[in-house]
Amino acid sequence: MSLAQLREHARGRLERLGNGVTSQVWRLGFASRFLFYMVVHSGTALRRFRLTMAEIYFAGVLSLIIILVSGLFVGMVLALQGYETLQRFGASESLGVLVALSLVRELGPVVAGLLFASRAGSAITAEIGLMKATEQISAMEMMAVDPIARVVAPRFWGGVISMPILAALFSAMGIFGGYLVGVQLIGVDAGAFWSQMQAAVDLRNDIMNGVLKSVVFGIAVTWIAVFEGYDAIPTAEGVSRATTRTVVTSSLAILALDFVLTALMFTGGKSP
Amino acid sequence: MQQSPIVEIKNVAFGYDRARPVLRDVTLAIAPGSVIGIMGQSGCGKTTLLRIIAAQFLPTKGSAQVLGEATSQLDREGLYRMRRKMGMLFQFGALFTDMSVYDNVAFPLREHTALPEDLIHDLVMLKLQAVGLRGARELMPAELSGGMARRVALARSIALDPQLILYDEPFTGLDPISFGVIVRLIRELNDSLGATSIIVTHDVQEALGVVDYVYFMAAGKIIAQGKPDEIRQSREPFVRQFVNGARDGPVPFHYPAPDYAAEFELAGA
Repeated sequence: MSLAQLREHARGRLERLGNGVTSQVWRLGFASRFLFYMVVHSGTALRRFRLTMAEIYFAGVLSLIIILVSGLFVGMVLALQGYETLQRFGASESLGVLVALSLVRELGPVVAGLLFASRAGSAITAEIGLMKATEQISAMEMMAVDPIARVVAPRFWGGVISMPILAALFSAMGIFGGYLVGVQLIGVDAGAFWSQMQAAVDLRNDIMNGVLKSVVFGIAVTWIAVFEGYDAIPTAEGVSRATTRTVVTSSLAILALDFVLTALMFTGGKSP
Repeated sequence: MQQSPIVEIKNVAFGYDRARPVLRDVTLAIAPGSVIGIMGQSGCGKTTLLRIIAAQFLPTKGSAQVLGEATSQLDREGLYRMRRKMGMLFQFGALFTDMSVYDNVAFPLREHTALPEDLIHDLVMLKLQAVGLRGARELMPAELSGGMARRVALARSIALDPQLILYDEPFTGLDPISFGVIVRLIRELNDSLGATSIIVTHDVQEALGVVDYVYFMAAGKIIAQGKPDEIRQSREPFVRQFVNGARDGPVPFHYPAPDYAAEFELAGA
């Protein structure tokens, strides 16, 4: 390869890289404007709350089974693993604390968020994407009905409202699972299990922070889901790609946001 | 016809990107009360022209005046105000798949009026009666045939008694009976509502039977226009090929391709 060819080749690569980066930045900007517009035009979703209620049912209630079952099993496994370690130090009485803190601070919001992204987020993207592909969104525009206000915003708020409730239910179910295995199966003292938990878990530092996390995850996942759906290329392939992107992007967003939020919330503070 | 036109397109050019103009210098004026056909080959820009009229796209050059408003000067409010006087039938109906036939037709009424539910019921029934589907009110869009879905969509697009009805390929994929029904409905609804209709189609023979005036498009331009009889007798080679459905003519049968012999390595043979 001659020098000129090499230079041309390198320039081509550099151009592609630059194009890739600018298009991603452009997309992020577009998604932010989309979020802003959606929040400003949320009047319909809030005034006609029935529309949002339907989406809470769709995103929240229909996700209940997977959230509750997963929560139960995560709690049971936590108790098994936790007991293994704690009993070596003679601290098996603290099992309740371990299970509750792990769930409320981390696993509840994060795992529920990941499940929510794959169960509800993907469904929201696919539905909006297919509405676009079958011209239902255009039809609405032509009927002088703003599809962002009428279709997107109720789904967004439905997701944002559902997510913290799902995370809380996940944690509650997990603690119950921990109780089943720790107290009923292994035989940790029930009094110690509950009272240590009650003493060590702080409402503001632990529970509220956990709830805050789940609210942030809810906003992130639902925002990504509705945007990907609305921005999908209106073909079968485009919708399928958008759905995949929703699950991948929102899962990564949850993990990244979790790290940032944990760093802000739980470092330098008092230890339980 | 001395009334001022309901749609006036002047020297409009449009392209999705700079390299490929879809419309170049289109001018037309549509008188109120008429049924207009815009015909031409797939990809000639006729659907784009319809979308310019619907103000889904704004012309890159020239001006579009629709229902007395210049579309490029409308803000979102103005655009929606204009579209409330407009109905559009999409190629495959675009019914809301999560709503029943009844709710689909009631949708624009519920969104734009504060009418009590029993009045909405009567209006929906009237519109469904007009398209002959009063009995299908309970069905979901997935349970309808293509022709029925198109009729429901038609009922929905006339729910607010529009002054201008746009049809985007309304005949695609219909059996002859449904076809005839839709053609008759377009004419009847136009005349009974006192509306103006614009039909974009490539089903020439059938459409010529229903329209008052035809614009023929090719490569982003209007190449012929006139009353249906004038079009049938047109000497313009493209129009003749199109009206007669000839395989070859100004529009070649073959998509541009490399030389036949070279492609199959027949040169030496």
